[in-house]
Amino acid sequence: MKVLVAVKRVIDYNVKIRVKADNSDVDLTNVKMAMNPFCEIAVEEAVRLKEKGVATEVVAVTVGPKAAQEQLRTALALGADRAIHIETDERVESLAVAKLLAKVVDEEQPDLVILGKQAIDTDNNQTGQMLAALTNLPQGTFASEVAVDGDKVNVTREIDGGLQTVALSLPAIVTTDLRLNEPRYAKLPDIMKAKKKPLDTKTPADYGVEVASKVSLLKVESPAERKGGVKVASVDELIDKLKNEAKVL
Amino acid sequence: MSILVLADLHEGQLAGATAHVVAAAKAIGGDIDVLVAGEGVQAAADAAAKLDGVSKVRVADNAVYAHQLAEPMGALLVELAGDYSHVLASASTTGKNVLPRLAALKDVSQLSDVIGVESADTFLRPIYAGNAIATVKSDDALKVMTVRTTAFDAVESTGSASVEAVEVVVENGQSSFVKQELAQSDRPELGGAKVVVSGGRGMGNGENFKLLDGIADKLGAAIGASRAAVDAGFVPNDMQVGQTGKIVAPELYIAVGISGAIQHLAGMKDSKVIVAINKDEEAPIFQVADYGLVGDLFEILPELESKL
Repeated sequence: MKVLVAVKRVIDYNVKIRVKADNSDVDLTNVKMAMNPFCEIAVEEAVRLKEKGVATEVVAVTVGPKAAQEQLRTALALGADRAIHIETDERVESLAVAKLLAKVVDEEQPDLVILGKQAIDTDNNQTGQMLAALTNLPQGTFASEVAVDGDKVNVTREIDGGLQTVALSLPAIVTTDLRLNEPRYAKLPDIMKAKKKPLDTKTPADYGVEVASKVSLLKVESPAERKGGVKVASVDELIDKLKNEAKVL
Repeated sequence: MSILVLADLHEGQLAGATAHVVAAAKAIGGDIDVLVAGEGVQAAADAAAKLDGVSKVRVADNAVYAHQLAEPMGALLVELAGDYSHVLASASTTGKNVLPRLAALKDVSQLSDVIGVESADTFLRPIYAGNAIATVKSDDALKVMTVRTTAFDAVESTGSASVEAVEVVVENGQSSFVKQELAQSDRPELGGAKVVVSGGRGMGNGENFKLLDGIADKLGAAIGASRAAVDAGFVPNDMQVGQTGKIVAPELYIAVGISGAIQHLAGMKDSKVIVAINKDEEAPIFQVADYGLVGDLFEILPELESKL
């Protein structure tokens, strides 16, 4: 079977972000970027399916600026066979990404599409579900276990209060949760080899998709700062403060 | 304007989150209907009818909606959405699973985790793990959004809305429910608890989480955990507080053996009072804690329990 994996270039998860002085957006100049952590888990799962002989080909895809090719090369170094870059400098919302990915699904006819459950920049948690809707495929979101079984896939999902397992007919869309796997690191020889793997570049126009959104970003602000607290010296002092100062006990 | 709120269910009963989403709907203004979809959900529908501000409860009671699988729920919502200007659900795993599907089927964007309503088309939502707050305006004809329940106070149960059945039954041949394992707990639900006591990697092992039980009992608190504690297998993952786990905003949050990574803070920094207990006085958690106690949690926790 063929597996399609979507990856996103985002700010590195360890970076403490700054809001621009004019409140127009978050300042991303000279900030370290990386593959979204949930996308790494998605790539890892696809590569493991290949290693188990379940998948025959893994195709990585991204939507974003030219620099996002770095993240595709990372996916190739981790074990993806080829990559598709849909290049645009626009701010592309989840719906437009889902429309672009739907076109790729249409063209590539994968049996399984794996995405991360959310990107750590926009924190939307939408693209996988939207892709499932647009392709009219079933979805297994927030997956902590994926088991392909003939023409079905059993997906164990992390839900509020516990775990739920659903059976989906293939092809299907799966989004990864943190506990699905532990992504590997790319080895140097694989990084070198990845430079020779095929990478197609396309544009949204090639797919006839309009990326403009009806949602506009009016303003971005820093959240209210918490007032600096105090250190207490003992349990007694802590209980006293909570009772008499904070009045929460 | 008319607003449809998708009710949250927990084991067939109406979940507390729904009252918070109705509050967000009231902030938008207009007629508010609640959709209760599932199997054997009459009691949940009756409870929803009591929520203040609700004009009508629509009940889709059918086996196809059991467990609220995304495929039939998306199809049901598409059938009903034509009557509304807004469709809201809580940012629970069900809301997050279903609403983007509805939005894409209606060719509109979706707004996730809304924490503030400026007007019927302008909303506030956190981005970058809560390190920035975005104000966004939607010009879509239908606004589809999930609501962060901790940002809106629950409405009272003083209403008396009418209850009517929805006759729409959709087909679903794509997905089926296999099984569910829900954690059993007598403690308050993490998302709605007034006090939360959380443990991190510093707890050392799962057995040591019992040290939190006595304190949680005395405070009527829910017990949470950091990602490190979950990844280490100390506790199940539905206890995780943070960007990718539960978002909580209790009156009192006690972080024990938690360093305070950005991703954890995203889930609890709107708590009213934060207490940190950690042996590392440089731990980032102390920068957001109202009260910090530096010391060995294995000495502090038993003392705290005995003195509460």
